[in-house]
Amino acid sequence: MRIDLSVNGELHALDVEPRTSLLDCLRERLLLTGAHAGCEHGVCGACTVLLDGTPVRSCLMFAVQADGYAITTIEGIAPGPGELSPLQDAFCETHGMQCGYCTPAMILAAHALLIRNAAPTREEIIEAISGNICRCTGYAQIVEAIALAAERMRGLNQPASQT
Amino acid sequence: MSAKSFRFISTDRRVREDRRFVAGKGRFAGDIVLPGTRHVALITSPYPAARILAIHKADALAVTGVHYVLDGRELAGATQPLLAGLDTPKVPRRPLAVDVARYAGEWVAAVVADTRALAEDAAEQVAVDYEPLAFVLDGEEAFAPASPPVHAEHGSNVLLDRTFTWGEVERDFSESSHWLSLRLKWGRSSTVPVETFAVLASWDPWREILDVFASVQMPRFPDQIALALKLPGSGVRVHNDVDVGGSYGVKRGIKHAVLAGYLSRRLGFPVRLIEDRLENMRGGDGHGPERNFDVEAAFDERGVIHSLKLRALDNVGAYAGRSPFQLGKPIGAIVGPYRINSVQYRAIAVTSNKTVQEAVRAFGQAPTNFALERTIEEVARHLNLDRLEVRRRNLIRAEQFPYLIPSGTTYDSGDYHAVIDKVLARADYAELIAERDRLRSVGLLAGIGMAACLEPSGANSTFEPLLNPNNETTTYADSCRINVDVSGAVTATIHTLSAGQGHETLVGCVIGEVLEIDPDCIRVVRPDTLASLPSQSPVGSRMAIMLGGAAFHCAQKLRQRLLAIAAHDLGIAPEQARYENGNVSDANVPQHRRTWTDLVTLAHRHFHRLPAGTEPGLAFTHVMQVPTGGKLPTPDGRVQMYPCFAFEFHLVLMTIDPDLGKPAFVRYFVGHDCGTVINPKIVRGMTMGGIAHGIGAALYEEFAYNPDGQLLAQTFMDYLLPSAHEIPPVEIIHHVTPSPHTVFGQKGSGESGYLGAPAAVASAVNDALAPIGLVANSLPIKIAQLGDMIAKARNS
Repeated sequence: MRIDLSVNGELHALDVEPRTSLLDCLRERLLLTGAHAGCEHGVCGACTVLLDGTPVRSCLMFAVQADGYAITTIEGIAPGPGELSPLQDAFCETHGMQCGYCTPAMILAAHALLIRNAAPTREEIIEAISGNICRCTGYAQIVEAIALAAERMRGLNQPASQT
Repeated sequence: MSAKSFRFISTDRRVREDRRFVAGKGRFAGDIVLPGTRHVALITSPYPAARILAIHKADALAVTGVHYVLDGRELAGATQPLLAGLDTPKVPRRPLAVDVARYAGEWVAAVVADTRALAEDAAEQVAVDYEPLAFVLDGEEAFAPASPPVHAEHGSNVLLDRTFTWGEVERDFSESSHWLSLRLKWGRSSTVPVETFAVLASWDPWREILDVFASVQMPRFPDQIALALKLPGSGVRVHNDVDVGGSYGVKRGIKHAVLAGYLSRRLGFPVRLIEDRLENMRGGDGHGPERNFDVEAAFDERGVIHSLKLRALDNVGAYAGRSPFQLGKPIGAIVGPYRINSVQYRAIAVTSNKTVQEAVRAFGQAPTNFALERTIEEVARHLNLDRLEVRRRNLIRAEQFPYLIPSGTTYDSGDYHAVIDKVLARADYAELIAERDRLRSVGLLAGIGMAACLEPSGANSTFEPLLNPNNETTTYADSCRINVDVSGAVTATIHTLSAGQGHETLVGCVIGEVLEIDPDCIRVVRPDTLASLPSQSPVGSRMAIMLGGAAFHCAQKLRQRLLAIAAHDLGIAPEQARYENGNVSDANVPQHRRTWTDLVTLAHRHFHRLPAGTEPGLAFTHVMQVPTGGKLPTPDGRVQMYPCFAFEFHLVLMTIDPDLGKPAFVRYFVGHDCGTVINPKIVRGMTMGGIAHGIGAALYEEFAYNPDGQLLAQTFMDYLLPSAHEIPPVEIIHHVTPSPHTVFGQKGSGESGYLGAPAAVASAVNDALAPIGLVANSLPIKIAQLGDMIAKARNS
C-alpha cells in the first residue's frame, strides 16, 4: 500500500504492507531506530512517538494509519547534530536513565507534556510518564529531569533577576 | 583506606553515555542489520512435558521467502550442549528441545525467513506431533523421590543437595533458651528488561569467523558460543560496542546465540533473532529464583540469635544453567549483617517443568536477605521485643571489623549502627510511628517496615569451586588498557558490554583522577572480544571495584612511566620527580619540568632519550585479580566469597486499603553505605532502580503457572512492572565506610536497593497486618491475595 508519512517534518513516500506497524516502518524502512520495541502490545511505551504532538504507541498502530499525521520521533527533538534540547539536557543533568532503552519514549512523553503544560506538578509529571515503563531508574531522576527542564524552559528569555 | 578528598571521584559529574541515549542514538542489538540478514521465529511446546513425535516442515518451507526450518535433532547433532554450572551431564541443555520438550514455551524448532513477519507466518505452518508426558511444577513435589524426573536419564530432579555446617550448630541450639521455626516462600519473578534479548550472528566462511552482536551480560559468552559450536575460541568475535537495554543479570542469551550462530553457518547469511515479549517471558530462560526457606533459629531471651538452620530449596526449572549457583553466593553473607555464631545451610536445587532460571540481580542474595529479615522479626515477635532493638542487639558492631562469619567470609568494613541511627534521625522515627498510628486510627491498615541487608560486591565466582568440586576457578579478572597516542590523547578500553551501569564514565573518571587530567578528555572504547583483555562482564556488583581497580592500576603504570621518563630526561633521581596535572617537574627546581606534550613526544619519538630498556610509546595494560580472592574452599565449605560488603537499611511506612488490599507507600527511606561513591548520579540511580525492582518483586511481579503447567503471566498485562505511580519518592541517606580492599574505598552498588526492598516491604505489610492477626510469609504479596486475606480475617 502506498502511503506518505510525514516524519520530523520530512515527507516519505513508501510502499508498505497494510499489516506493518508504524514502529516497524519507522525502524526498518526509515532507519529511525530511536523508537524501541519493548512489549509490542501497548503496555511498556518504549515505542512512543508523537502524532500531531500527542504521544502514541507506534507498536499498536499500522503505518498506513499514520498517513496524514505529523509524526515526531526522538530523532526530531535535538535542535542539531550534537546539540541537545533543554529537555534532553535536563535528562543528562539528572541522569534520568541508565540503559537508555526507554529514554527516547520518556523524552517524547515529557516533551508533549511540557508543550501543553509549562509548569507541571509532580503528579502531572508522574501521570504523563505513567504509560512508560523504566526498569532501571525507579523513575526519580526522570521526574526530576522533567521538572528541571520545565523550570529552565520557563526561565528562557527572562531577565536574569527574574529567573 | 581513610576518607580523603578527590578531584573527580565522588563529585557530581554527568554520565557520558547519556548523551547518545537522549538523542535516540544508542546502538542496541536490534538496531544492527547486516546486508542479507534473515530472521528467526520460534515454534514452542504447548505442553509442560511431551515427547516430540514428528515435526512437519513442508508447509512452512513452501512459503515464499522461507529459507529453513531447524529442529532440535539437527542442532544437537552438530553442536555441544550448553555449559552448565554443576556437573550434571545427564541434564543436557540445548537451544532447541531434542525429542522431549520439558516446559510449556520451550523452543522446539526455528524458522528462518526474509522478514520476522514471514518467519512468524511460516512458524504457524509447522505442525508438531506430541505425546504428553507426566510433569511436575512445584519444587517440593519435584524433590520428592516419587516425582516424575524432568530428565529421565538423570534419575531424579535433584541437581544439588548439600548440607553445610559451620560451627557448633547443635550445641548452640541445645544451649539456647528459645527457638522457633518458620517456612518462607520467595516467588518466581525476574528482572524483565524492557529490551528483550536480541542477537545477530554472521558467519564469514572466508575468514572462518563468527561475528556476534548481542544484548548480553554473560561471563565467558564468546567462549561458550565457541564450545557449543565446536569452533576455536578465536573463531567467535563478540562486539562489545553494543548498548544493552537493561539486564540486571538476566541477559545470558547463550542458547539464542548458539542457535543464531549455527543457522548463520549452516545457511551462509547473517541471522537475527529478537525475542518477542512472549518468547522472552516464556521461553527466554530468564526466570529468577523460586525458593522455599525452612528456617530454625536458636536465640536467648534478649533476642540474640546464636545459631541458624536454613534449608533453601530452589526450583530452577527444566534445565541446569548457571542458576544453582544462586544458592551458593548467599553463603558469603549467610548471616547478613548479624553476629550469628553457627549456621547449618542445606542448599537444594531441583528441576521442574517450568521455564529455566537464570541469574537475577543479586544472584540469590535478595531472597536470602528476605529470609533473614523475616527471621529477625519473628524472633522479636516471639519474645515480644521491639524489632529494631532486636536488630541492634544482633548487628555486628563497627569495632568488630574485619569480621569473620561462620561460613568463612570476612566482611571488610561497615558501621551498621551509625547508618541506622542516621536513617532514624532523618525519618524522625517517633513521628513515623505516630503517623502510622494516626493512619490506623482512620481505618487503614498501616505498617512500618524495616530491613538491614548486605550487598556482597566485587563478584568472585568462588561459588563455582564451592558447589562443583571439579571446578577450580579461583580468579574472576577484569582489565583495562590505556594508550596515549602520539598526539597526547588518552584512550582507554573496556572489554565487556554495559547495560546502563555507566562504565565509560567510571573508567574516564578513575583515569582522570590518577592522571590529574579532565576525565571528559579521555576516550573510552570497547574493542571486540578478540581484541580484548580478560573480563567477566558486569555481574555481582563488581565493576566499580574490578573495572575501576583495573583502570586505576593501569593509569598508575602510565603515571610511573611518565615520572621515569621525565626524571631520566631531567637528569634527576626518580624520587625527586613530582607529577602534577600531567606534567613532571624537579621537586627541588620546579621550573625544570617536562610537560605532558614533552613526555609524549619523548615516549613516541625520542627513543634515544628514554631510560634504558624502556618500550617506546605509552601503552599499558592491567589485568586485575579480585581482592581477597584466589583460594579454594576448605573441605567443610568455608571460603572468602566476595571482597566487599555494602550495607543498606530500609525504613518504610505503608498503608493497605482494608477493602481493596491495595498497598501504598507513605514514606520510604534508605540508608546506604557502599564505601566511597565514585559517581553519585549513578549510585543513586542504581539504588532507586533496585528499590523499584524490589517493590515489584514484593508486591506485583510473579511468573505464576496454572495446574496444567501453563505460564499465566505472558504479557505486561499479567506480569506487572511497576510504573511511576507505584514507586514512591525515596529519601536516600548516605554513609561512607571505605573498603580497605579497593583503590578508592569503593564497594559495589549495582544491586543496591533490591537487596533490602522486598524484605522491607514484607516487614511493613506484616506490621500492617499484625493488628488483625495475619502473617505474610510469601512474596510476592499481591493485591488480590492481600484483599482476600484481610476479608477472611475480618469475617472470621
